[in-house]
Amino acid sequence: MTLQRHVVRPHRGVRGHLAVLLVTASIGALVFLLALGTGEIGLSPLEVLRILAGNAGDTLGGTAVLSWRMPRALLALAFGAALGLSGAIFQSITRNPLGSPDIIGFDTGAYTGALITIMVTGAGGYLQIAAGALCGGLVTAGLVYTLAFRRGMRGHRLIIVGIGVTAMLASVNTWLIYRADLDVAARAALWGAGSLESLGWKHALPALAVLAVLLTLAAVLSGPLRVLRLGDDVAVVLGLRVEPVRLALVAVGVGLTATVTAAAGPIAFVALAAPQIARRLLPATGTALALSAVVGATLLAGADWLAQRAFAPTQLPAGIMTISLGGLYLLHRLTTKRV
Amino acid sequence: MTPTRGTAERPLARAVPYLTGGLLLLGAAVVCSVAIGSKALGVGETLQALTGAGVDESATIVREVRLPRTLLGLVTGAALGVAGALIQALTRNPLADPGILGVSAGAGFSVTLGVAFLGLTGVQAHLWLAFLGAAAVTVLVYLVGALGRSGTNPTRLVLVGVALSAVLAGIQSGLTLLNPRVLDGMRAWAAGSLAGSDPEATRHVIPFVLAGLALAVWVAPAFNAVAMGEDLSRSLGVNLTVVRVLTVAAVTLLTGGATALAGPIMFLGLMVAHIARYVAGPDHRWILPVSLLLGPLVLLSADVLARVVVWPGELPVGVVTAFLGAPLLIVLIRHRGPT
Repeated sequence: MTLQRHVVRPHRGVRGHLAVLLVTASIGALVFLLALGTGEIGLSPLEVLRILAGNAGDTLGGTAVLSWRMPRALLALAFGAALGLSGAIFQSITRNPLGSPDIIGFDTGAYTGALITIMVTGAGGYLQIAAGALCGGLVTAGLVYTLAFRRGMRGHRLIIVGIGVTAMLASVNTWLIYRADLDVAARAALWGAGSLESLGWKHALPALAVLAVLLTLAAVLSGPLRVLRLGDDVAVVLGLRVEPVRLALVAVGVGLTATVTAAAGPIAFVALAAPQIARRLLPATGTALALSAVVGATLLAGADWLAQRAFAPTQLPAGIMTISLGGLYLLHRLTTKRV
Repeated sequence: MTPTRGTAERPLARAVPYLTGGLLLLGAAVVCSVAIGSKALGVGETLQALTGAGVDESATIVREVRLPRTLLGLVTGAALGVAGALIQALTRNPLADPGILGVSAGAGFSVTLGVAFLGLTGVQAHLWLAFLGAAAVTVLVYLVGALGRSGTNPTRLVLVGVALSAVLAGIQSGLTLLNPRVLDGMRAWAAGSLAGSDPEATRHVIPFVLAGLALAVWVAPAFNAVAMGEDLSRSLGVNLTVVRVLTVAAVTLLTGGATALAGPIMFLGLMVAHIARYVAGPDHRWILPVSLLLGPLVLLSADVLARVVVWPGELPVGVVTAFLGAPLLIVLIRHRGPT
């Protein structure tokens, strides 16, 4: 049985990969249409498609879809893709299915960086906050890796160190919020739950631009990453400059997480779950970057839609949905599988 | 159950200086806890207020606010310190802590559920709900640790605790957002704080904590045998089932009681258990009394620190214990060597 699958696989590889990718992407597209169509003004997916095709003019439905719901729905897809990709990069580099940024604590560090930026510069625009978040994430990444590195990076040390550093940073974040002015504190607290609710076009455009750059970089690095996954020794033999590539990958991965955190706050467990689900869908390919991104986009779009609609009219932050469902997924993994 | 004699008798003479020193330090911590706050009092004023001589503002502060708070710190500190030592012995896991393993989160979650869906209010109801949640999580965590094939892998248990805490905290904050009026009072409590202590509530909980401590004293000798492994301890005549059931009961009473009063306080048990083992050696008959002394000492010191760092405001004490205790987790995992 196993042997048969191994023999068959190379033949179906590419086509199977594409099929899985397309099916996942269409599920994501369906969730996207649903998210655009539901709310105070209900629209069927067909009507939404008509509006998207430009046949709606200035109707109320058109305004609702294009001005109100579109940025949030687009960002849910884009942020989900960024998180899934970031998780895939880190899980590949650490060669550990639990080595994702949310468990290791980069998003908590990015949140710390963003908080400091807000407190130092007053309010701060999106790009300033994103830069702060990026610095926070990078410093945390460096700290966690330094502390976890002791005769190699094997075992679970990275994860426990990450949990410890996360706990400390969470304390620092609370301390910062307590020191801040009331309005900054209120904003930060809302943001701390990880919500896409208040995001409009003015947030969406810079975030999407930054993500486009990072996604391109990730695509460029995906070839070297595939070589790196064969092991450092093999990669060196194949002529890869291992350390610069790894550093670039860490930077891109942290950048992806930080971009999301700066706009929406920490959204946990998408980066953890998406690559793992992708790996189950396509066991042959290791960690497929593109599929991880598509799965991540679908997961976050679904979680955000659930968070909006499940208890309507009360809106929950998407981060609460992802942490509850993703935590359950992690528990399931931990109790049924050896990790 | 036949209590087994420990292998290494520690002469009382060696323990006396430690215990005396600990008591003196605890006394100093109590005085600091009474004296330091948004209105700082001198030593003379404090002693005057304590002896009931003064009738002015500072005496009122001491009697109405600081003393109940200090009492609460003593009770929860003792409970969590001993619970930490017990849960480490039960799971034979040096990384265990009632907060990290999710026992406190279980207690908090259960209280939230009861308040949100059953409309239960009052100290008594909260207390029993907290016990219920703490017991459920303790049993669950123990089963995961015991049934997992890699029973000796301490990291897995920590991850299960982290995942469980994440799920419970996520659902809990979702419920808080859905029922803002019912649960508003629980928001401050979610961070683990000694502020706003209600002496009435503390009085309700003290008998349960005392019962938990009594159970702990009773099972302590057996843990010396349990530490040598299941087979050996069985052959020494220890009834493992009884020991485990009693330990779960003790952890439940101690953690549930402490959480019902102060909310989840992370990393206190971890710190106390390790310092206690360092001071007292491997004999559980000494570890427990030392933990009993260290728990309040560390918690009161952390609480004093929590009132100083953002003076004249204050932090929840759980934030301080996490900041102090998390580095210990990192040090511990670094010194375990490659697993």
